[in-house]
Amino acid sequence: MDFALSPQHEEIRRTVRDFAERRIRPVADELERRGEFPMEIIREAADLGLLGVPYPEEIGGTGLDALAYAITVEELSRASGSIGIIVSAHTSLGCNPIWLAGTDAQKEKYLRPMASGAVIGAYGLTEPGAGSDSRGTRTRAHRDGDAWVLNGGKRFITNAGVAGTYVVTAVTDREEQTGKISAFIVEADTPGFSIGRMEEKMGLHASNTGELIFTDCRIPAENLLGEEGEGDKLFLRTLDGGRIGIAAMALGLAQAAYEAASAYAKERRQFGKAIAEFQGVAFMIADMAVGIEAARLLTYRAAWLKDQGRSYTTEAAMAKLYASEVARDVTNDAVQVHGGYGYVTEYHVERYLRDAKLTEIGEGTSQIQRMVIARNLLGVRAM
Amino acid sequence: MKIVVCIKQVPATTAEKRYTDDLRLDRASAEAIINPLDEYAIEQALRLLDAGTVDEVGYLSMGPEQAGEALRRALAMGGESATLVTDPALAGADEWATAAVLAAALDKLAPDVALMGMASDDARGSLVPGAVAARRNLPLLSYGAELALADGQARIRRLSPTGFDWIAAPLPVVASVTDQVGEPRYASLKGIMAAKRKPLDTWSLADVGLSAEDLRSGALTRVTDARPPEAKPPTERIENVSADEAAAKIADWLAARKLV
Ligand SMILES: Cc1cc2nc3c(=O)[nH]c(=O)nc-3n(C[C@H](O)[C@H](O)[C@H](O)COP(=O)(O)OP(=O)(O)OC[C@H]3O[C@@H](n4cnc5c(N)ncnc54)[C@H](O)[C@@H]3O)c2cc1C
Repeated sequence: MDFALSPQHEEIRRTVRDFAERRIRPVADELERRGEFPMEIIREAADLGLLGVPYPEEIGGTGLDALAYAITVEELSRASGSIGIIVSAHTSLGCNPIWLAGTDAQKEKYLRPMASGAVIGAYGLTEPGAGSDSRGTRTRAHRDGDAWVLNGGKRFITNAGVAGTYVVTAVTDREEQTGKISAFIVEADTPGFSIGRMEEKMGLHASNTGELIFTDCRIPAENLLGEEGEGDKLFLRTLDGGRIGIAAMALGLAQAAYEAASAYAKERRQFGKAIAEFQGVAFMIADMAVGIEAARLLTYRAAWLKDQGRSYTTEAAMAKLYASEVARDVTNDAVQVHGGYGYVTEYHVERYLRDAKLTEIGEGTSQIQRMVIARNLLGVRAM
Repeated sequence: MKIVVCIKQVPATTAEKRYTDDLRLDRASAEAIINPLDEYAIEQALRLLDAGTVDEVGYLSMGPEQAGEALRRALAMGGESATLVTDPALAGADEWATAAVLAAALDKLAPDVALMGMASDDARGSLVPGAVAARRNLPLLSYGAELALADGQARIRRLSPTGFDWIAAPLPVVASVTDQVGEPRYASLKGIMAAKRKPLDTWSLADVGLSAEDLRSGALTRVTDARPPEAKPPTERIENVSADEAAAKIADWLAARKLV
């Protein structure tokens, strides 16, 4: 048993942290205020290889592993949750279905530019009627000659409007009504495909979350991703890896909040001493540290299992569930430690709290994670 | 045209340092980084490489085996190859001994410019560039805010009290640069992967034509004592008083110490 990161993983952390501290942290608040997609920073991140961390160099990626990817998302999120979710949605949701199920030609055409960071990816599963339950998918695709024709829409899609490549699901019934769901690759400039409204969110203002609209959108037959009718399985498998990304994002936000709260507690004086000397405050900090430590171990272990080629579905769900709830509590307590200064924007901790809330919702809510975990442990299908 | 950047691995600036019984720094106790002032030398060399002025950038370090990590990190920023001179006999080498080893290695590597940072973050002697130049009998261009290479000449721009001076010397030279060079670039993850494939040679003392005996006679200094900095007296706080009262108290405090 070895709990130490390898020198290479330490090096990766130092490298990403260096970039995040110098380039992202100083402008993170401003990015949120402007609410614009931080294209320039994402371009720089792409140049550094931060957009294709776990994909092989042969396909344009950086050639590292899931653990390196988790560390990358953690460190980016420590500086900005928006940058964390942009990179996470691109890497583990946008790229991964093509990596898992793409043909060589699809990988060459679509994954290579995405893994190298030249093109941003997005993943469209959620619809108004299909949130936790993807069987509610209404977007349809029917075959017409050598094309598929898509009609319908997606909601809450990260990187909408900035992505060049979208992987989406649609129901592909022919005559029989099986409700089978298939996956497709859609290029941003395909006629019949448009971006609808952008959500106004509680946090993560510098990341795009928007609607995808398909109106007789014709895509070439070869853009079917994986087997017809297997899209649902492919997208759920993708979420397994994505959950490591969201867990890492939660971890980075919690870490940032914890660091801010510890520094503030030592500095702020009331009743003639530093507030860190009051047990009521000190114990909050101790609990934060314990939660983060446990969440980090779960997250890194899930990544390690993935890197070992072992099954990691349950562990990724555990990591995501636990890390997101730790992030919620830690960021909330960080505001508390700051008192009134925590509630105003100057000390950043209210931003961490708003951003952290998403980690309990995206890529499966906490309730869904519990369901996944319980199902796998108990071997029951229902729920 | 070829530049070799000499880099030193040092304990992180903020790390708490411990000493071994013979008053040497316990290097295992602190996180090790590239001497931050050397990163400016790396940046300067890589800018000249990017501009096509030089066609090869290599790195040279003398230190324990783990200094190879610093060389790998430099290679992740850019450049082609690196050389580490490491030998049990080098433990405790002072500036003069270090300069002897670097000079011998540079004789073998034969760069047009041997480039260094202006000082090391741990020892802050600033002696090595001059000592290497003296050893190699080459011109020294020190404390450059910028290094330019053209027509068989190296020039540095050095800030002076009245503006700046351009100082030139025919190649090959030994040069050092300051933080005026500009922000060092970030290492990249792609760079880290690429660095794994770049050659990193390890040379012993014998490989550079020196013996332990040469070094013993070369070491001119010895550490006789090491202690932590004295604790600062406790901060006096003036709290919970009006601004006028606080100002008066501060003025009194300064006046009592003849500071105003
Ligand atoms: C900022 C942001 C970014 C997003 N990015 C993407 C993206 O890139 N791609 C994408 O496809 N989607 C994305 N989503 C959508 C996200 O994955 C969904 O919002 C999420 O899966 C929940 O679906 P829902 O919002 O429809 O909630 P619902 O499914 O309607 O859930 C409502 C509540 O009911 C609970 N619930 C539902 N079913 C059960 C059950 N069986 N047992 C117990 N409780 C249950 C839920 O836990 C929740 O508390 C994003 C969402 C946000 C907010």
